[in-house]
Amino acid sequence: MLILHCPHCGVDAEETELAPGGEAHLKRFGPGSSDAEFESYLFHRENPRGVHFERWRHAFGCGKWFIAARATDTLEVFGTYRAQTAAPPQDIRDAITAKRPGWAWRDLA
Amino acid sequence: MSTRLQTGGRLIDRNARRGFTFNGRRLEGVAGDTLASALLANDQMLVGRSFKYHRPRGFVAAGAEEPNGLVNLGTGGRFEPNQRATTTELFDGLACASQNHWPSLDFDIGAVNGPLARFLPAGFYYKTFIQPRPFWKHVYEPFIRQSAGLGQVPAERDADRYEHFYAFVDVLVIGGGIAGLQAALAAGRAGARVLLIEQTAHWGGRAPVDGVTIDGHPAEAWIARALKALEGMENVTLRTRCMGAGVYDHGYALGYERVADHSPGDTRPRHRLWKIRAARIITATGAIERPLSFAGNDIPGVMLASAVRDYVANWAVSPGDRTVVVTNNDDAYRTALMLREAGLVVPAIIDARPTASGPLVRAAREAGIRVETGRGIARVKGAKRVTGVALCAQAGEGAVLEEIPCDAVAMSGGWSPVVHLWSHCGGKLTWDAGQAHFRPDPERAPTSHDGAPFVIAAGSANGYLLAGEALADGDAAGKSAVRSLGMAAKGGAVPKAEAEAEGPMTPVWMMPQGAGAELRMKMWLDYQNDVKVSDVQLAAREGYESVEHTKRYTTLGMATDQGKLSNINGLAVLSQSLGADIPQVGTTTFRPPYTPISFGAIAGEARGDTFQPLRRTPMHRWHEENGADWEPVGQWRRPYCYPRDGESREDAVGREVKNTRQNLGLLDASTLGKILVKGPDAGRFLDMLYTNMMSNLKPGKCRYGLMCNENGFLMDDGVVARIDEETFLCHTTSGGAEHIHAHMEDWLQCEWWDWRVYTANLTEQFAQIAVVGPHARDLLEKLGGMDVGAGALPFMAWSEGEIAGVRARVYRISFSGELSYEIAVPASQGLALWEKLVSAGEEFGLMPYGTEALHVMRAEKGFIMIGDETDGTVIPQDLGLHWAISKKKDDYIGKRAQQRAHMVDPERWQLVGLETLGGGVLPEGAYALAPDQNANGQRNTQGRVTSTYYSPTLERGIALGLVRRGPERMGEIIEFATLDGTTMSAKIVDPVFYDKDGEKQNV
Ligand SMILES: [Zn+2]
Repeated sequence: MLILHCPHCGVDAEETELAPGGEAHLKRFGPGSSDAEFESYLFHRENPRGVHFERWRHAFGCGKWFIAARATDTLEVFGTYRAQTAAPPQDIRDAITAKRPGWAWRDLA
Repeated sequence: MSTRLQTGGRLIDRNARRGFTFNGRRLEGVAGDTLASALLANDQMLVGRSFKYHRPRGFVAAGAEEPNGLVNLGTGGRFEPNQRATTTELFDGLACASQNHWPSLDFDIGAVNGPLARFLPAGFYYKTFIQPRPFWKHVYEPFIRQSAGLGQVPAERDADRYEHFYAFVDVLVIGGGIAGLQAALAAGRAGARVLLIEQTAHWGGRAPVDGVTIDGHPAEAWIARALKALEGMENVTLRTRCMGAGVYDHGYALGYERVADHSPGDTRPRHRLWKIRAARIITATGAIERPLSFAGNDIPGVMLASAVRDYVANWAVSPGDRTVVVTNNDDAYRTALMLREAGLVVPAIIDARPTASGPLVRAAREAGIRVETGRGIARVKGAKRVTGVALCAQAGEGAVLEEIPCDAVAMSGGWSPVVHLWSHCGGKLTWDAGQAHFRPDPERAPTSHDGAPFVIAAGSANGYLLAGEALADGDAAGKSAVRSLGMAAKGGAVPKAEAEAEGPMTPVWMMPQGAGAELRMKMWLDYQNDVKVSDVQLAAREGYESVEHTKRYTTLGMATDQGKLSNINGLAVLSQSLGADIPQVGTTTFRPPYTPISFGAIAGEARGDTFQPLRRTPMHRWHEENGADWEPVGQWRRPYCYPRDGESREDAVGREVKNTRQNLGLLDASTLGKILVKGPDAGRFLDMLYTNMMSNLKPGKCRYGLMCNENGFLMDDGVVARIDEETFLCHTTSGGAEHIHAHMEDWLQCEWWDWRVYTANLTEQFAQIAVVGPHARDLLEKLGGMDVGAGALPFMAWSEGEIAGVRARVYRISFSGELSYEIAVPASQGLALWEKLVSAGEEFGLMPYGTEALHVMRAEKGFIMIGDETDGTVIPQDLGLHWAISKKKDDYIGKRAQQRAHMVDPERWQLVGLETLGGGVLPEGAYALAPDQNANGQRNTQGRVTSTYYSPTLERGIALGLVRRGPERMGEIIEFATLDGTTMSAKIVDPVFYDKDGEKQNV
């Protein structure tokens, strides 16, 4: 039962207050995209043992979406930031590098 | 025989007698007894039968690890199967019965399985019962059903109540033995908030039984002082009868407190589930002794050496008059010495080690006890009770050297730390070759949100089996916990615990070492599930190399005790069979809970009316008073219909439909979702959300809209009303409001966060009443207020004003095909308006109608219902809803998905109406048959029924369904399968059965 910090309202929220939203930083492909692009957008997901970026909603709290950077194997949380962010912020990436040198996720490292 | 000794028993009060019954027989115990000690005091060693072979079973252990002593406990509303007698405290009036036998415990017909045992080897479920096929139904299944399941299922509703309790602490200490007490003292003195929980009713663990002294005094004196000190600390909470059930992510833990199991009906909750958040968790959960694998080690009277000691020291119960001790370590000598001191006979200590020379061994020899080293037990004699043992050389193949008569055997194969709670959240283990056990690896502890370890094992749970080390380790654990939280550990001398020193143990995984097949078939590893050494060896021969696979193949460790006794022994046998080292083979996964916890505790207060919140519309009470037959819709309750005196549900629905079509009906539509979408980009946003265009809707108008997910599938529908340039009110399905609102927020916050739009779920702010039928306008005009004429308020328009003096927003929309007004008023005015409508409507023949009449009328009109015509695989195009899909828009959620090859396949099943030839009603969900069979030998299908009703209006069955190329096949007759194997013929027709041109709703 995770505890994640909501960057919107500042609460350290228990998992029972949160709703998961799957992999973060997906790029939407709509009409005009190729079958391969659309398939990748809709279905292909990372399933790492290690560093991951996930969407969470503070559903039974402020209702806002945020993104958690955490390790799926050790449950360590490197940081959370608002969902209104196009890519993982540098300070979060630095925090991961400090704990997990050589980490990689999608095309990030 | 087993009996109560004349003196001793540190936990019992001999003067307080407690009456109880076992299989209807009246017996007597004393206060402080467990059910197990009380049964043994009455010479009731045989307490059950094993799962597979129905072998006679007696107590092996004295605590939570007991595999055999399971009973049906209690009666009526307090009946519960599979209750462990060793952890059940005796109370006056307790009633229990043994399990898994027929007709009686002493004479069990199922035990004929015994001689048939070789036909039930490892994996028998998988291989024996597959072929020949007919045997499954007529032979194997009845056999398995008869022998399956241990206890009986309770027949009555649970008479007790349960509760949840939340706790937030710095340090949670699990286990109240001397290590746990000292850890709590160390953490408590540093000022940390500490919760210390102990699963039994007593503090101190094994130390008082094992003759430990602390700072020169008997352990009990130190335990009393430690408790007094802890009770004096305001920052420390203590709970007995509270088991650490599980350890989870980020310091979450579950405690299972058996508040009133020992005092049923005393008005307190029976169990309390503690939901604990702890910054650090110390697992001082002790260790469990291992059985030895020798032939006949399951015969009643064979017990763990430590359990024999517990029964004598704690409850003054001797398991036998003549007890042979068999061991591979020094600790079991304590049992021999204690039995001797209690005046009982110990004919011999059989020690598998070639030599034995520690102080305890010396003490036994000095007490005149015969010690046989290098020896083992070839086999135990007896059936329902031990009558003797046959000695052999441990190094040999089991040639009998001598037979020793006895009525009990105390065995010890060494000790295994209780690593369950350490392991639940990812703590890793290391193999300790010296003590032949797995213990926590402190370098690989479970980690928390900050990457720091949050579980610390302490005492014998950490592999420190000797009292002195265990106590010191508890102290270190407490101090390390508080230091890691930034608190200063207070100094003070660590108390010094002492016990007799012990010489090294020698691992013994089979006795004797060279035992042949005949003996190995009688060596039990898992008592409850009847798994023997020979079964694990067979699994290894058949190629099961993974311990997880072997576990499932043999069912080793899969019973209610989850292998507390059998795990390491089974693992050792497997690794020997594979020629691998034990750490290479590894352990199975430890999963919570540590021992089974009650469903009541998990449910807590969430039972009956408090199971989940019930949502009521403002008119709920009126419906209740007017005989509503309720239907759950999400968390709402809606009237299904309003049956009148003597009327069936079907008749009521028919009357409501006809009256609405002919006169006037009233529907409580308050449960419809109402979401306000507002802002300069609201129109643009709704154009993405709905398949049709919403941005060009004029203020004052309504439009029906379809909402899909990104996969293209239909997820919701409803009418959108444009309130003003920047404001839309979106209606959703009943019960859909919350998740549609969440869907909107997801896209707004995570994809189009620069769009200027906000949303608000107003569902409960408004009561909504549908006034439906030919007299709808007459009624509203009679009540007076705003203009509801066809000119001022045409179909698919809305306007604001007053109805009967109540401020209202009125929508001219129809889900029935009749002239219809949906009136939204502030929730507080809903009941008042409803009552005015009811009384003023009397002259027009007004009747309220429920959800079923609503469903029938919408089906008569061919309107789809989300959840009936859709199931998460249906796109709007399947439902003939092309008119509601904009061709002008570049994009909407789901548009790209609907362009995929499979979505534009003309072979897709599409919506049609279905008319049975005989006028009957098609079964719900029935499939339309197609010629021939598929590759699996199943009949091919070409469609299915999605909605089916008796239409009171048309006086015949009508249905909607999805049929392959359906709209191209009008007039064709197809066959539908029914459950009784027959078929029904139906003609494919237009889905609109009634008033195709909409003349009635457009007046
Ligand atoms: Zn929040």
